[in-house]
Amino acid sequence: MKFTWFNLMPWPYLPDDFREKNRSVWVDIDQRLFDPEKSHAVYNGYMDLLEYADTLGFDGIGVNEHHQNGYGIMPSPNIIAAGLARRTRNAALVVLGNSIALYNPPVRVAEEFAMLDCISGGRLVAGFPVGTSMDTNYCYGQIPALTREKYAEAHDLIIKAWTTREPFAFNGRYNKLRHVNIWPRPIQQPHPPVHIPGGGSVETYDFCIDNTYSYSYLSFTGYIRAKALLQGYWDRVAARNAPDASPYRAGFAQTICVAETDAEAERLYAEHVHYFYNRCLHVYPGFADAPGYRTIKTIQTGALSQYAPPKGFGELTWKDLTEGGHVIAGSPETVRQRMEELIKGLNVGHIFCLMHVGDMPADKCMYSTRLFAQKVMPKLRGLLPECEGDERFWAHPLKDRVTPGSLPAEYAPRETEPA
Amino acid sequence: MGLDTKTVATRHAEVRYLEGGEGPPLLYLHGAGGVTPDDPLLAGLSERWRVYAPFLPGYGETEECPSLRDMLDFALHTADVVGALGLEKPLVVGHSMGGMIAAEMAALAPNDISRLALIAPAGLWLEDHPIPDIFTLMPYEMPGYLFHDVEAGTKLLTAGLDLDDPEFLKAYLIRNARQMGMAGKILFPIPERGLAERLYRIKAKTVVVWGESDRLIPPVYGPAFAEGIAGARLVTVPEAGHMVGLEKPHAVVAAVATLH
Repeated sequence: MKFTWFNLMPWPYLPDDFREKNRSVWVDIDQRLFDPEKSHAVYNGYMDLLEYADTLGFDGIGVNEHHQNGYGIMPSPNIIAAGLARRTRNAALVVLGNSIALYNPPVRVAEEFAMLDCISGGRLVAGFPVGTSMDTNYCYGQIPALTREKYAEAHDLIIKAWTTREPFAFNGRYNKLRHVNIWPRPIQQPHPPVHIPGGGSVETYDFCIDNTYSYSYLSFTGYIRAKALLQGYWDRVAARNAPDASPYRAGFAQTICVAETDAEAERLYAEHVHYFYNRCLHVYPGFADAPGYRTIKTIQTGALSQYAPPKGFGELTWKDLTEGGHVIAGSPETVRQRMEELIKGLNVGHIFCLMHVGDMPADKCMYSTRLFAQKVMPKLRGLLPECEGDERFWAHPLKDRVTPGSLPAEYAPRETEPA
Repeated sequence: MGLDTKTVATRHAEVRYLEGGEGPPLLYLHGAGGVTPDDPLLAGLSERWRVYAPFLPGYGETEECPSLRDMLDFALHTADVVGALGLEKPLVVGHSMGGMIAAEMAALAPNDISRLALIAPAGLWLEDHPIPDIFTLMPYEMPGYLFHDVEAGTKLLTAGLDLDDPEFLKAYLIRNARQMGMAGKILFPIPERGLAERLYRIKAKTVVVWGESDRLIPPVYGPAFAEGIAGARLVTVPEAGHMVGLEKPHAVVAAVATLH
């Protein structure tokens, strides 16, 4: 099993009446709700938490890309990952990911991911999302019905740039490049492992299966509701004659809150969970799914945007959210049991642990994270024996990695200057 | 007089089209909402012309066409349809998105189109008069932008539809994804693809028709089109919105008739 500590980086100062006074947390969110001066502490605090997770033995630390979004202040996850590469030692850097249809040319992503892999000593896990409709279409103006074609071309270009040792010409529909020759290139060979976040598109299932990429379902509705979607994926793995059904072919994001007791979990975390589901997921339905973004095949299978649920998230109580599995919360034993249900029920080898929730302050987040790392994670590690020995979907760091800050000592500034 | 639904093949697609009426040939290009055989404007036009109204791929129960990607593809596809139908210099009438395509065709091949009617066409963008983003509108918001008489327009759009039936809603989502997915290729995120720089090429005798209460593409766009096309005449229709052809079909037919 691989556990990645994930931070969406929500803005923690959305007002109490945010829902009533704003139509959306995303795309056209009120500029004035962001306070650049406060963000200094917010960003650095969030990066501290990611670094803290590294010290507790999480396999990975994760970041992602959103634009014009009050629950994800990371338009460029690579900037955060670059900081983490320097200040963490062991955890894989799971960048989940770069929306490759948005970059012109996408070799920029090949280059930046290569830099991250080189700086971190081969710790990069590379995510290539198509991107949500909010980000890709409404914020970044991509034409919905052409987004997937552009994405596929960007993917082919990036992989070719990573794996070709001679300059080559790339005559794509969306990218015409005479001299592709990225410099630097990644440490990991033939390239860093690739994870593809998806929301139920059949095309994305096939794309992952055919390329030996891990499919990750980044849902906010929890493991109980994810069962049908992931079953669809595993059925497809079987139908497409994949050589195996390794649990590492799939990943799942789950909100997790651990305390000493179930009651303490509610007392400590309920307000922050409600902040997330009430305010952060308040997305205007008109932004949820630009026509043409989802393929007809996918709509026919009934996969709809999780951002336009028939009944909003706002009404859900703590009991609804924990019993419904949106959130796994409680004592270490409660969380262990439910995580076991999740892991076995969905057959997923990668867990993206959403342990910072909404406007949760650092101390509570550290408490929950530490309890999970010490009292839950060790008991889950051996749950899926089929994972053993499957190294295809995870980072392969260099054995000998440098320690940042190791300049020659003779030129270092002295501790105290002579009087 | 009813219109028949027929099919014609081009290199890229099987194209469904409506055909009916008597008189010289008229090509009608529908807007982003599509067109139906009982459309009152088509009925009015078919009293004077032989009307051919092709559905853009993705509309009228047809599959979307992945090989049509950009404005040039759309204009050439429509010229291919004219060729496949065997029409010689038809009068070309386009509404909204269809007007954008018609204007592009007339600019690309000025010697092929000698009469042109643009009904509240898309294709220009005036900084001071931004067009609402139809790709973010909820279905219940549409009538407010489309009709002068919003209440009557709402009834027109929802007549006979069971909005509580999940199967209907799924079919609606699929139809909307097909239609607006295709339309988005030339209308998303801003319905402008450089037409302003090509309008001068149009040689056709042109009439531009606008509903005075158009809240989707405001009437200020009328003069912008009329001034960009040499000799074009602008006709404004009172008590009509963007769906001027539905609300005031006779006025639109009369305006088109001035081209003869």
